[in-house]
Amino acid sequence: MVAPSLKLQDLIEEIRGAKTQAQEREVIQKECAHIRASFRDGDPVHRHRQLAKLLYVHMLGYPAHFGQMECLKLIASSRFTDKRVGYLGAMLLLDERHDAHLLITNSIKNDLSQGIQPVQGLALCTLSTMGSAEMCRDLAPEVEKLLLQPSPYVRKKAILTAVHMIRKVPELSSVFLPPCVHLLHERHHGILLGTITLITELCERSPAALRHFRKVVPQLVQILRTLVTTGYSTEHSISGVSDPFLQVQILHLLRILGRNHEESSETMNDLLAQVATNTDTSRNAGNAVLFETVLTIMDIHSAAGLRVLAVNILGRFLLNSDRNIRYVALTSLLRLVQSDHSAVQRHRPTVVDCLQETDASLSRRALELSLALVNSSNVRAMMQELQAFLESCPPDLRADCASGILLAAERFAPTKRWHIDTILHVLTTAGAHVRDDAVANLTQLIGGAQELHAYSVHRLYNALAEDISQQPLVQVAAWCIGEYGDLLLEGNCEEIEPLQVDEEEVLALLEKVLQSHMSLPATRGYALTALMKLSTRLQGDNNRIRQVVSIYRSCLDVELQQRAVEYDTLFRKYDHMRAAILEKMPLVERDGPQADEEAKQSKEAAQLSEAAPAPTEPQASQLLDLLDLLDGASGDAQHLPPLDPSPGVALVYLLDLPCAPPPPAPIPDLKVFEREGVQLNLSFIRPPENPALLLITITATNSSEGDVTNFICQAAVPKSLQLQLQAPSGNTVPAQGGLPITQLFRILNPNKAPLRLKLRLTYNHFHQSVQEIFEVNNLPVESWQ
Amino acid sequence: MQFMLLFSRQGKLRLQKWYVPLSDKEKKKITRELVQTVLARKPKMCSFLEWRDLKIVYKRYASLYFCCAIEDQDNELITLEIIHRYVELLDKYFGSVCELDIIFNFEKAYFILDEFLLGGEVQETSKKNVLKAIEQADLLQEKTEYHSKSFIGFKKAY
Repeated sequence: MVAPSLKLQDLIEEIRGAKTQAQEREVIQKECAHIRASFRDGDPVHRHRQLAKLLYVHMLGYPAHFGQMECLKLIASSRFTDKRVGYLGAMLLLDERHDAHLLITNSIKNDLSQGIQPVQGLALCTLSTMGSAEMCRDLAPEVEKLLLQPSPYVRKKAILTAVHMIRKVPELSSVFLPPCVHLLHERHHGILLGTITLITELCERSPAALRHFRKVVPQLVQILRTLVTTGYSTEHSISGVSDPFLQVQILHLLRILGRNHEESSETMNDLLAQVATNTDTSRNAGNAVLFETVLTIMDIHSAAGLRVLAVNILGRFLLNSDRNIRYVALTSLLRLVQSDHSAVQRHRPTVVDCLQETDASLSRRALELSLALVNSSNVRAMMQELQAFLESCPPDLRADCASGILLAAERFAPTKRWHIDTILHVLTTAGAHVRDDAVANLTQLIGGAQELHAYSVHRLYNALAEDISQQPLVQVAAWCIGEYGDLLLEGNCEEIEPLQVDEEEVLALLEKVLQSHMSLPATRGYALTALMKLSTRLQGDNNRIRQVVSIYRSCLDVELQQRAVEYDTLFRKYDHMRAAILEKMPLVERDGPQADEEAKQSKEAAQLSEAAPAPTEPQASQLLDLLDLLDGASGDAQHLPPLDPSPGVALVYLLDLPCAPPPPAPIPDLKVFEREGVQLNLSFIRPPENPALLLITITATNSSEGDVTNFICQAAVPKSLQLQLQAPSGNTVPAQGGLPITQLFRILNPNKAPLRLKLRLTYNHFHQSVQEIFEVNNLPVESWQ
Repeated sequence: MQFMLLFSRQGKLRLQKWYVPLSDKEKKKITRELVQTVLARKPKMCSFLEWRDLKIVYKRYASLYFCCAIEDQDNELITLEIIHRYVELLDKYFGSVCELDIIFNFEKAYFILDEFLLGGEVQETSKKNVLKAIEQADLLQEKTEYHSKSFIGFKKAY
């Protein structure tokens, strides 16, 4: 006789009494040895107890594979106790990865067909928990039979086992589909619930099944209506809500059947409205039903009024004191914000309040939803809320909040100044968390807002002076100070308090950025370039700048070293070119990173460009005269659109063929000048991809007997437009229809101001020098509208 | 439902019901990670969290965490009701259930669960019916044990 082994309860006590992990292991190993011995001896009486102990030990994480065969033996035993533990063991220790699992198929088959109800229940439960595809195929006929059994206890289990079987072997759908409609007539809640679950599974797997079951929609509606209206049964109700489990399941199935199907949707409309309005919402059970109703309403073809009702329910959920309910509301509203935008907008204030949630998963959803609700009419108010949130939000939400604000600002900014202010605020509050392209975007934005240059540089200077640690901010500020340093020193800007900044302070600040260990290599690059630019913007001598540049020639960072060497060379050997190279960047067209790249390459391009003729002073002063003559169009000398194409733009021209004929222009050509056989024509092109751009090609022809030589054409436009001239194809037009001279003008007119053009021609003809100055009349409106 | 786990505040597993086939190793890994994640939650946080591609619904009753993994299309709020119903069943069966009951009678906890859920779905919505079924099974178990005990006794007498 085997030594009496521990009872399960005693073993558990002993294990719990162990003071250390090692002690516990010892107890368990000793007991497992006993259990193994007992299994080897094949003691049938105590087998179930041994397995139970093994299962306990298994839950603690210890190996129990040697109990697998014992499960089989216990299941095959005729004692109910044995079967109970044996099946439990099978569910815990056997799964479809073990070949042994197929061995229980026979036992299950026997139990299903001949066992008493509790035994049938055990078998079905085990089958639906760990039944593999092969087992399901083998046992499908047995389960099918049990669907027709009179006992609801077995039937309900058989139905759910069928659900599992279909999941494992979809082809079995054909076996289990036919009984469904009949089963729907049952009154037993368990059977109904199982049937609806089964129908749901069938419909999700096969469109044909879906079509088939649409015909039961009226019946489902009736079942649900009965549930909801006839007074509740204590047996199935929770907090005054009739069988919420069943209600939710029916609503889920209705959703699947009503989706994309007008007729079915219509049939359920009234019922859904009824459930939505009558369900008791004081406890979670009612809210669970309401939630499912809302999901169904939004997914089917419901009437507009019903949809609004659903969104309003979600809005009410947002005010619920239970944060779980607020969570599901936020998640659902997020899914609906695109399709039902105006309905969700009505709850915007509540959503914004949810930003204050202490639970991060709620505040995150509130943030996403708030960002989705920003539009052009509420942008100012929303941005205020979101910026306040940015200051106090948990760190893991910072990045998303920052990029969300920047995106929304880009889409809905009411004014440029507001936009710049917003970006500035984001950079100062959460600089470390912004996306990489925020710097590029901001510089582009500032560059394009000429009227705000002074304002921007002042604000950025102040921000930088306070804090040089936020890299994106430092980069933008450095760039701005470099570009517009002269405006900074002028000191007068209407929009903020006048600031007295002197040159030394500015240089000191940039040097501080350069030297700071907090500055990234890219940031230091920005600072160095800014210093270099200031050498042309500031009045004082450049010794300090030259010194700094010189020091960095031996910097360990290769990128910085290269810049410093180039700048230093600029000082020493190419000083005459320094002004041109470092002059203000042209207006960058906002067509994406490409334009930005070109603008940034202006320095390198200066060395590559061959199309740019050397800047000549006389031409500039003559152009000034021209401009004076244009009424009210006296251009600011400093901001003269350069006669020479800016090096960056020249790079583009090099890539195009300079003499390539422009594509056919829908705008009619214009003859603007004619004198003794010399004619000047203008042709216009508006490239479709850039509506602010106008390309004018002037063509000078000569039908006279004498050559035209030293032909030079100059042009001027009003201040609000920008003009760039490409080099002409030549300066000679031979007599009698010789090769004409062509020249391309690029005019940027972003504000669509009326185009005015004044031309000045000088040339030699018939041994006389000719000079003509005139304004072009009859410019076609299509050239600027 | 894909699985349900019960564990203590110290992270000790008290019940594990898996409705999807996974290797022992995978189950252990999931259990470890999920237990860690849930135990790290603060008391004021909501009962739902997203974990891998599943939705996790959990609720603490005294010293035990009840944790369910459901799929994307499942209703979180009704899952809370499922958890609550299970606790009520345990409570009715054991009479004011506490963690120790579940530790010392873990097979019973499984049997009760198996009368309430099947294959991850709710099979019986009447508390009364579930408890009746357990009662009958317990009775049946007693009867057969009684028989075998008396058999041994008879043998001894002989």
